[in-house]
Amino acid sequence: MSLNRRHFIGASAAVSASLAAPRVLGQGRPRVVVIGGGSGGATAARYIAKDSDGAIDVTLIEPQRTYYTCYFSNLYIGGFQDYDDLGHSYARLASDYGINVVHDTATGVDRDAKTVTTASGETFPYDKLVLSPGIDFVDGAVPGWSLAAQDAMPHAYKGGTQAALLKAQIEAMPEGGLYAMVAPPNPYRCPPGPYERVSMVAHLLTQVNPTAKILIVDPKENFSKQALFEEGWQKHYSGMISRIGPDFGGDIVEVNPAEMTVSIDGVVETVDACNVIPAQKAGRIAEIAGVTDGRWAPVEPTAMRSTMDENVHVLGDASQQGDMPKSGFSANSQAKVAAMAIRGELTGSRVFPARYSNTCWSLIATDDGVKVGANYEPTDEKIASTGSFISQTGEDAALRRQTYEESLGWYAGITADMFG
Amino acid sequence: MSPAVRPAAVAAALGALLLGSGGAHAADPVGDVDRGEEIWQECSACHQIGAEATDWVGPHLNGLFGRRAAAHDGFAYSDGLTRMGADGLVWTFETLDAYIESPLAFASDTRMAYPGLEDAQERADLLAFLRTYSASPQDIPEAPRTANPTDHGLDPAILALQGDPEYGEYLSSECTTCHQADGSAQGIPSITQWPEDAFVIAMHAYKRKLRPHPVMQMIAGRLNDEEIAALAAYFATLE
Ligand SMILES: Cc1cc2nc3c(=O)[nH]c(=O)nc-3n(C[C@H](O)[C@H](O)[C@H](O)COP(=O)(O)OP(=O)(O)OC[C@H]3O[C@@H](n4cnc5c(N)ncnc54)[C@H](O)[C@@H]3O)c2cc1C
Ligand code: HEC
Ligand code: HEC
Repeated sequence: MSLNRRHFIGASAAVSASLAAPRVLGQGRPRVVVIGGGSGGATAARYIAKDSDGAIDVTLIEPQRTYYTCYFSNLYIGGFQDYDDLGHSYARLASDYGINVVHDTATGVDRDAKTVTTASGETFPYDKLVLSPGIDFVDGAVPGWSLAAQDAMPHAYKGGTQAALLKAQIEAMPEGGLYAMVAPPNPYRCPPGPYERVSMVAHLLTQVNPTAKILIVDPKENFSKQALFEEGWQKHYSGMISRIGPDFGGDIVEVNPAEMTVSIDGVVETVDACNVIPAQKAGRIAEIAGVTDGRWAPVEPTAMRSTMDENVHVLGDASQQGDMPKSGFSANSQAKVAAMAIRGELTGSRVFPARYSNTCWSLIATDDGVKVGANYEPTDEKIASTGSFISQTGEDAALRRQTYEESLGWYAGITADMFG
Repeated sequence: MSPAVRPAAVAAALGALLLGSGGAHAADPVGDVDRGEEIWQECSACHQIGAEATDWVGPHLNGLFGRRAAAHDGFAYSDGLTRMGADGLVWTFETLDAYIESPLAFASDTRMAYPGLEDAQERADLLAFLRTYSASPQDIPEAPRTANPTDHGLDPAILALQGDPEYGEYLSSECTTCHQADGSAQGIPSITQWPEDAFVIAMHAYKRKLRPHPVMQMIAGRLNDEEIAALAAYFATLE
């Protein structure tokens, strides 16, 4: 991309733009603080900085120096991706886009003073705040499990080393052993994620431990892409995977990480590896900022603005916006709409009608990819779906391989779109 | 084929497409087989048809109607046509008509080095001829009403629309989740630096569901003519 030309064109645009927004003149450059450098936050920071050509001062607060994507972490467990390839650096956001990247944790938000404080005690004033902190787990959601037990029974549902830990535990299972997954109730990040995970665990086990078994304990009646997954499991991993839904007590589950047992409606099973994915809520800083209502942060549909504060936008998993699934694709899509609205307010640049979209691919087995997607637009109450598609059962091998290859293209695309 | 070569070839093919606009509106839905056999000379340099037909420069064209594109075992098709075949492109009156009218605008890296048959009536005649070589007549889809050999190319007014590049830049942010802004392509094709007309034609082919692919049909489906023009203008300039 040609930054030089952009900057050159941008210089004059920025001048006229700030003239159009007198209320920020005389106060120096308007300031945007973004909390969380993931799918939503990194995209928002990059688009605001890139498209305002320096007219807006952008600070990105994120504790991790490398962002490990959750997407494709299942493929890593299945052996289709290298762990290192899931990691992405913030270096270009700082060097090429002039973003002030602060590796720290936001611990406080004062919405009256319009400041953010961090663990190391720094304070960052803002004109607009973007919150994209992802998820945290609901305390006590799975009796017997807490964050203190995440080494014995990993969730592997946030980016980073948890996926590697889970993979190592699966590889260490005794011959013919049992892997259990406690699946989450709705709504949670990446609706097909747990089931893609099961597919990839099955793929790994067919290679290293073909007599092992997989048990899904699920509080939900139905799940995303169910017909596609069940067809694939039958085809590739026949006899390996069983699922206990709420009709057989899948919603009455308790774990004991010290004993490595799972109790389902009172029946105790000993397990060799156990993946607990608890119920979820907005990342804690959203609650601290006081923009949550229950577990999530409600936003209005035209620009992901908090319904509680017009100077705060909440993106991605933490937000409650309507029909969009909690996915990296959705967070990225929402970030671009919010970035445009924020620029419009701070510099007077043109604001176009919001449009959102999402596509989620899942890999079931080697070269057997499926996808689901939809378009979305704001209505008065929420972000509503305006059209959708899903892969069909019985598709031929060529189409499934192509769908998988597309997902590789998407991964390259979205990570470039986030990190430059 | 490298992305740099492809758009140039598409541009050449477009001449044919644009010239084709406006002719032969009142022709029969199904053309004249005898005239079609004469027009077949355009194709027989590369394709064979009939009892003895084998693959040659291009695949033989027996049993074409109702067949999936690029499905002919043993023939080395281009990546583009193979991809569209895997996506579910099936040869019907409508899709064949669009492909033959402008092969490169329809399947952007097709290996078929044929500039296109501009005249709608000639295409109808040719397709009537080709249809007589489709094996089991009861399987041949009858021409739907939309397959009248009127002009399938886009109205020149659509191609003449001036895109608003600033709007295009915003709209493009939906695309760059999948299509990389720097033009690199891994599993999803590059869409930068296309001639604007070729881009517009490709997007309208998705919108009209002539090109297969559920994601792109959905995405193009909600873009109006001005928005497609704006996107074409923006992506054409990306370096
Ligand atoms: C196994 C799995 C597979 C998935 N597969 C897909 C897929 O194929 N496609 C897809 O689209 N999505 C997928 N997802 C979902 C996707 O990962 C999330 O929906 C997406 O990352 C949400 O983006 P976000 O910006 O809301 O949160 P995140 O991307 O999680 O980013 C949040 C960031 O905020 C930081 N943060 C949190 N609190 C603070 C604080 N107080 N101060 C500073 N920083 C903070 C965190 O460190 C983190 O980097 C998958 C998820 C999982 C678990
Ligand atoms: C210069 C050689 C050449 C000429 C002339 C030519 N073709 Fe082709 N044709 C090809 C090649 C090569 C392919 C394979 C294309 C690909 O793989 O992208 C092809 C593919 C096709 C296909 C797709 C077949 C399939 O199995 O999917 C059809 C239909 C077709 N041609 C029809 C025609 C018709 C009708 C004409 C005459 C109007 C014609 N072609 C003229 C070379 C030619
Ligand atoms: C969810 C991912 C995704 C998004 C978002 C997306 N595309 Fe695509 N696009 C694809 C895929 C996959 C293909 C290849 C389709 C095929 O097999 O025919 C494609 C093909 C294309 C092509 C034809 C390329 C060729 O070589 O023939 C064009 C043009 C195009 N897209 C434009 C766009 C535009 C413009 C946007 C944004 C408005 C967009 N796409 C958004 C995935 C996407």
